[in-house]
Amino acid sequence: MTMTHSETKSARISGTRLGYRFNIVGMVGLSIILFWALVAIFAPLIIPYPVGEIVDLDYFGPMSRDFWLGSDYLGRDMLSRILMGARYTVGISLAAVTIACFSGVVLGMIAAVAGGWLDTILSRLLDALNSIPSKLFGLVVVAAVGSSIPVLILTLSVVYIPGAYRFARALAVNINAMDFITVARIRGESTLYLIRSEILPNIIGPVLADLGIRFVFIVLLLSGLSFLGLGVQPPYADWGALVRENIGALPFGAPAVIFPSFAIASLTISVNLLIDNLPQKIRDRSE
Amino acid sequence: MNNRVLSLVLSRLLIAVITLVIVSFAVFFATTLLPGDTASILLGQAATPEAVEGLRKAMHLDEPAIFRFLRWIVGLLQGDLGISYANEMPVADLIGGRFVNTLQLAGVTALFSVPIALTLGITSAMLRGSPYDRIVTVLTIGVISVPEFMIATSAVLIFAVYLKWLPALSFANEVTSLTDLLRIYAMPVITLSFVISAQMIRMTRAAVIETLNTPYVEMALLKGASRPRMVFRHALPNALGPIVNAVALSLSYLLGGVIIVETIFNYPGIAKLMVDAVSTRDLPLIQSCAMVFCLGYLLLITTADIIAILSNPRLR
Repeated sequence: MTMTHSETKSARISGTRLGYRFNIVGMVGLSIILFWALVAIFAPLIIPYPVGEIVDLDYFGPMSRDFWLGSDYLGRDMLSRILMGARYTVGISLAAVTIACFSGVVLGMIAAVAGGWLDTILSRLLDALNSIPSKLFGLVVVAAVGSSIPVLILTLSVVYIPGAYRFARALAVNINAMDFITVARIRGESTLYLIRSEILPNIIGPVLADLGIRFVFIVLLLSGLSFLGLGVQPPYADWGALVRENIGALPFGAPAVIFPSFAIASLTISVNLLIDNLPQKIRDRSE
Repeated sequence: MNNRVLSLVLSRLLIAVITLVIVSFAVFFATTLLPGDTASILLGQAATPEAVEGLRKAMHLDEPAIFRFLRWIVGLLQGDLGISYANEMPVADLIGGRFVNTLQLAGVTALFSVPIALTLGITSAMLRGSPYDRIVTVLTIGVISVPEFMIATSAVLIFAVYLKWLPALSFANEVTSLTDLLRIYAMPVITLSFVISAQMIRMTRAAVIETLNTPYVEMALLKGASRPRMVFRHALPNALGPIVNAVALSLSYLLGGVIIVETIFNYPGIAKLMVDAVSTRDLPLIQSCAMVFCLGYLLLITTADIIAILSNPRLR
């Protein structure tokens, strides 16, 4: 639904024969993503203070030499909490986007290859699922079964399966009409073989780009749910929950409420920048 | 030829109805998955088993889920939305006023954002590649890439904390003057407008660019038509369908937006009602609110699709 910005900067990419080359904007995006990935992995080793410990006498403290990003509503160190929050935001979103894209793409390819009633029923059902607004779906599920990390991961992936399905199916249908597929069918290859060896290699580039865009949607939805108090539950906190905890600091403009938002924005904007500046070779392989 | 349009529109409507049935099924079963027996939760710790049994019978909880679903659907169709668990008022009464509030918010937002977004989208498509277009594109991508609550908090920081034009998070319940009214609406409308406009600008820009790339526009260029004439006479009339489609689709982002905006600004709308109902686990209220939202969403995307069908000149 929002993939139209891909045409903007593609002209500037100068491809070399040696593998893939990113332009400068793409490199910046990629390095910020790598930075957050490393933070998510090594967070417990680099945080200056334990996350749960009240270390500042003041609440909503300003930025200082001891507390680089100030302190939160209880006087806990904000920098440590944001670094640890990366684990929840990045981890949950990555798990959810993997499940969503894997199931969506597999179902999409099956529907495209099999066609017929299977295709019709799958498309209709997933379209119906798609016409429940995503935040509303999250609200209803959390109201029904309560919020825990596995529930969150599953809910987020269910919300984004229809999109991944529709995207992969549209690509696979095009490939499916090509001669080499007909040849493979005549050879008597199984559906599994067709999907794995003929279709998947031809759609993998755009599918990976789509995975990035869906990752952004999932980070945004997860943050939104956490912000409403329905996502990651205390004492743990992802970046959305950190904004919720410290929303009381808003009238003072304290760093505690500003920096978690910056963290989310830096992650989502860099993924968007990277996807926009992906080498043409990866992005448009089958278009 | 007209029969074809009619049958396409009718089949689109039929799909919408089928979708609505599937959605209501999903909403009902998602909310009845709730662990624990509703009757014993309602009556509390001190209830006797007989009382719980009686209430279960009275609420039809002893029946299979499919019968309860049918009963609920029939009730909905007759306008009976059930009784709220939390305060024992009819759900319809609770929703009524709140729904009007949300519609007002959505209406004011649409009134603001549609003209602005269309102007920005069309002009940036006309001046494609210029610095102006770059700035608009970067800004819209920026707004789309951040969560709605961040736009809301930024609006508060800018307009209330630094500029001090508006109060931060205080909202009077009684509206006595025009300035009060402005103060209540300003912040939610600003936030929502940003969210909606960004989507709308992108879609409009894409629709106009697509039309500008068609052979007949190139023909107009080759004939020597001026740039404004090329855009306004040749491209825009044909891009009208896709643009209206884009407007309807972007308005459906309002539904996600209001949930955050009403919560953060304490606006007494239906989304706030629903978020509160989730925290008290008031199932009939959640179900009805969810259905209202799904219905609105479906209405908007169906309208968008039907406009796309109607505006396709090949079907005329």
